[in-house]
Amino acid sequence: MTEFLQQLINGLSLGAIYALIALGYTMVYGVLRFINFAHSDVFMVGAFAGYYISKRIPRESLGGGLLVLAGAMLICAILGIVIERLAYRPLRSRSKLNVLITAIGVSLLLENAGQFFFGANPKVFPALFPVKTFTFGNGLVMSSNQMAVFIVAIILLVSLQFIVRKTKIGTAMRAVSFNPTAASLVGINNDVVISFTFGLGSALAAAGGILYALNYPSIDPLMGILPGLKAFVAAVLGGIGNIPGAALGGLLLGIIETFVNGSRFSTYTDAIAFAILILILLFRPAGLLGKLQVEKV
Amino acid sequence: MLEIKNLKVNYGAITALQGISLEVKQGDIVTLIGANGAGKTTTLRAISGLLKLQSGEVLYQGRNIANMPAHQIVKLGMSHVPEGRMVFANLTVLENLQMGAYLRKDKKGIQQEMDYVFSVFPRLKERQKQVAGTLSGGEQQMLAIGRALMSKPKFLMLDEPSLGIAPLLVKTIFEKIVEINKQQGISILLVEQNANLALEISRYGYVLETGRIILQDQSAALRQNPQVKSAYLGGG
Ligand SMILES: Nc1ncnc2c1ncn2[C@@H]1O[C@H](COP(=O)(O)OP(=O)(O)OP(=O)(O)O)[C@@H](O)[C@H]1O
Ligand SMILES: [Mg+2]
Repeated sequence: MTEFLQQLINGLSLGAIYALIALGYTMVYGVLRFINFAHSDVFMVGAFAGYYISKRIPRESLGGGLLVLAGAMLICAILGIVIERLAYRPLRSRSKLNVLITAIGVSLLLENAGQFFFGANPKVFPALFPVKTFTFGNGLVMSSNQMAVFIVAIILLVSLQFIVRKTKIGTAMRAVSFNPTAASLVGINNDVVISFTFGLGSALAAAGGILYALNYPSIDPLMGILPGLKAFVAAVLGGIGNIPGAALGGLLLGIIETFVNGSRFSTYTDAIAFAILILILLFRPAGLLGKLQVEKV
Repeated sequence: MLEIKNLKVNYGAITALQGISLEVKQGDIVTLIGANGAGKTTTLRAISGLLKLQSGEVLYQGRNIANMPAHQIVKLGMSHVPEGRMVFANLTVLENLQMGAYLRKDKKGIQQEMDYVFSVFPRLKERQKQVAGTLSGGEQQMLAIGRALMSKPKFLMLDEPSLGIAPLLVKTIFEKIVEINKQQGISILLVEQNANLALEISRYGYVLETGRIILQDQSAALRQNPQVKSAYLGGG
């Protein structure tokens, strides 16, 4: 039982990171109906931004850690907004395929730029938060880094839900997502909403990058590829375009992956995890929480 | 209020509007009638900035707003209820109305508008919390009009408010349109296939045929016009 709970905790903390990345894919899909393949590299830049900022800030302190996190989120928010402005907006009226190819190009550009500026060799990511291990009564163990993942992820998810559900810009995001034309007819500048969406999604990816690096403390310019791919799958699993779906998909994927990893089939972790996902999608093609939208005429 | 001059619009190689001119005076209700594909929707979309013009002028309160983006035109006090209503089906009725007031910051004024909309369409008040996609077609039309009113427009364009709605409800909605025009002094450009009703509530009318205005006159006169009678009013 303890082992089961332990694995569940490990799975949830990995899944929370996938969830944070998946949200960016799903939100951008929501407003623009395309997959931003460069998103996984924004996640990587987030980790590196954290790495460089942390050199100037006291290590292993709560305040310092939060500062690094906030700094990296800000940098990536700006990066996301700039990518959209320069690479995607000029192609807005073109076919989605053009934009998709551009996104792959931006992704490669970021990876190469990363190798040029950060170096291709892995770097050791520092411990930002105080390092502690919490042992619970029944032998359950949790590191402070895992704890950080839970706390940060929960705060960010709740804040995101608040922004999307309760604020004016969040409501505008949902409006643009449903019908950009109607949104512009009530005075919503679609460009502003799209920029905001990219900023928000990229900030979450940065947080994901830092939390990932805290738990797997070796970072390199290609580190985003696999987690990015998985987060994308998580977004599809939850129902692409659906925000709670992305969170659920991420958590589920993290849990499945961790349990398979802990079993005797661990060599085939990714294959099995993906097989399970394909199975779920066979039965729910729109994803777990996705639904086909019905419009009355 | 609004004057368009020699408006031309193309969709690729197709010419949808071949140079039309029309005018809506302050406080007026003007209607634009015509058969399917005549170019009525295109006209409204061109005025509200959703389409690029080939040529021509759109003078709104004396200012040429041709090719200004739609969201900026809303700021000038123009509101467009699009064909097919286009309510935000994923948002609640209340959120739809709030989005209608997107550009406004005056909380008090917004609340007043909301109260006004609820007084015109009490049904919307009962359904505030309901997701708009689950409203009936008629309710969605009320919501689309209500949402357009939330920006406190001076000029309102309606694209076939009668589309797909039961005759009795159509009558109610048309009464509300007149009420809005009278009470709020909002000038209205009404696009309709239901020429009978449209000519009944409007003062002036234009008849559009394949991208050209072929007739224009006082609505009362148009209703007596033999050509209009046979083509649009069902019978000679
Ligand atoms: N997006 C588009 N691309 C190409 N052609 C279009 C497009 N939209 C409209 N058209 C064409 O332009 C012409 C005018 O269409 P419009 O929608 O303005 O007609 P309408 O008078 O509103 O008709 P209805 O009463 O059926 O709504 C039609 O021939 C239509 O096929
Ligand atoms: Mg039409």
